[in-house]
Amino acid sequence: MSTNTNELLEIRNLRTSFRIKDTYYPAVDNVSLTLRKNEILAIVGESGCGKSTLATSIVGLHNSINTKVEGEILYNNQNLVNLTDTQFNKLRGNDIGFIFQDPLSALNPLMRIGEQIEEGLVYHTKLNKTQRENRVLELLDQVGIPNVQRVAKQFPHQLSGGMRQRVMIAIALSGKPAIIIADEPTTALDVTIQAQILDLLKTLQDEIQSGIILITHDLGVVAEVADRVAVMYAGEVIEEASVVELFRNPKHPYTRSLLKSIPQTNSENEQLEVIQGMVPSLVKLPRQGCRFSSRIPWIPQSAHEENPELHEVAPGHLVRCTCWKEFHFEDEEGSVNQ
Amino acid sequence: MSFMQVEDLKVHYPIRGGFFNTVVDHVYAVDGVTMEFERGKTYGLVGESGSGKSTTGKAIIGLEKITSGRIIYEGEEVTNARRKRDSAYNRDIQMIFQDSHSSMNPKKRVLDILAEPIRNFLKLSPQEERKRINELLAIVGMSEDVLLKYPHEFSGGQKQRLGIARAVACNPKMIIADEPVSALDLSVQAQVLNFMKDIQEQYGISYLFISHDLGVVRHMCDNISIMYKGRFVETGKREDIYTNPKHIYTNRLLSAIPDIEPETRNERKLERQKVEAAYREEQHKYYDEDGKVYPLKSISDTHKVAMSVDEKERV
Repeated sequence: MSTNTNELLEIRNLRTSFRIKDTYYPAVDNVSLTLRKNEILAIVGESGCGKSTLATSIVGLHNSINTKVEGEILYNNQNLVNLTDTQFNKLRGNDIGFIFQDPLSALNPLMRIGEQIEEGLVYHTKLNKTQRENRVLELLDQVGIPNVQRVAKQFPHQLSGGMRQRVMIAIALSGKPAIIIADEPTTALDVTIQAQILDLLKTLQDEIQSGIILITHDLGVVAEVADRVAVMYAGEVIEEASVVELFRNPKHPYTRSLLKSIPQTNSENEQLEVIQGMVPSLVKLPRQGCRFSSRIPWIPQSAHEENPELHEVAPGHLVRCTCWKEFHFEDEEGSVNQ
Repeated sequence: MSFMQVEDLKVHYPIRGGFFNTVVDHVYAVDGVTMEFERGKTYGLVGESGSGKSTTGKAIIGLEKITSGRIIYEGEEVTNARRKRDSAYNRDIQMIFQDSHSSMNPKKRVLDILAEPIRNFLKLSPQEERKRINELLAIVGMSEDVLLKYPHEFSGGQKQRLGIARAVACNPKMIIADEPVSALDLSVQAQVLNFMKDIQEQYGISYLFISHDLGVVRHMCDNISIMYKGRFVETGKREDIYTNPKHIYTNRLLSAIPDIEPETRNERKLERQKVEAAYREEQHKYYDEDGKVYPLKSISDTHKVAMSVDEKERV
């Protein structure tokens, strides 16, 4: 473990680039994040901002032919970026659990639920067959599945969406991981089931004290479970703060616009905030200056930094670029100088 | 005055099996839905997956065969009717689909996609048609240089806007929007919802807004119906549903919506668990022996709740 015992995972200057016609384009650019023990770190952003690429980089799911991962991901004094597949196999499922968005395509349709959970135990533990079977039932029980004996013998298609996601969580938990990465774990579920799964994640985390990286696009989910939040835009972290600070005191124009575009209780007949333009594609992304500047053209160029850095504006609250100081919404005062 | 009524709409799918592949049972996808539509209003249809909300929408527009019940449009019955392709009903009721990409012919250009309803229903000269298409693009905030592009060249939000433009091409009276924004990002979703509201104000269109997102429904709809197993459990004005929910299922659904208030999340969690426990214990009171929802009873002018006969007496 690194200097501070509370730090589980430290990501430093991570850059994951994809090859498109012999040029590498970074989808995750210069991201530094720390995951502490017993903490839920949410990574929020819209599609294409690089949040899932970040998650898959941590567990080494990228193909080395078309993808280049640079930087450092420190876990237990080893840099995960340089690991070989054999070394990774020891970590995945044991130290790091992964929960995928769509449990139906992540589970093997031809294997019984019990066998799928057992698979990880075969590789990572020295338990014998009976012990493993007992552990499987224990795990299923832990994630709140009724009739564990029967469910262990069923196939994924026989379960409902919520139950399947619970099975995914049971698989992720099977190695008692220090880190769980949950990539949009509730996006495919109904709200009532979503609430149950989120409550379950939170309860389980209290039990096993692991750190969770929760990747989501839903700010409501973030407000319900996260402790700290990192907002990503176009491959960069543009704001990082504790959850209360982020919702009470958002600074970056992107975060503020996003929060204003949620259809909310008290804005029933108002117009929702719309962010002008769209996320530039990976190839066309500007490599210089503030990446958000093209979407807030009414803010003068002088407000942006030339090479935007993360600045600490309050303890633990980081904001990229300086444009937030002069930012106002277009329809607010000051829009004349557009 | 309502211009369209749906009376006791039922859509049942047969389940075949056994010897000679006979009908052994039915799936009661929509099981007795009654609605009325007024001009310029938005009607929300909310429910979990499998509750029959999309089937209701499809049955109304004529994409599903109706088992029983009636749809009356401006005094004329249009249920399962053999209609002429250019009948008034087909012209006046339009649909926006969830997945706008698969609802557009990939081999057609935007020009032809938008022209199709115009060519079907309105007799316009080529010049007038072109003028109308340009108007439509202006309504959804797109420039004229998209006309010769193909659907795959657009982003999800743009495609959804083209879907809206296509739906409003013939000045419809009602648009059935089946999860129009659930595949979109937050900021794009905001844009599409704003367009839908603008168009409604300008042209007095009614919407049947089908969604599972209670936040979006609250933002958009005047009247909301909550659906469960093919029936309505509660229907009423927006305020009726959100401030005074009566049915335990509505309560459960409302308590499960994530809120963007991180300070009060622990209270909300306790509240949610309380409602969930109450739902498990008391749900037999709210559903009949077969697990079906009771018929709706009025508790005020606008607010109707499904309840059994003896419960009616208690209220």
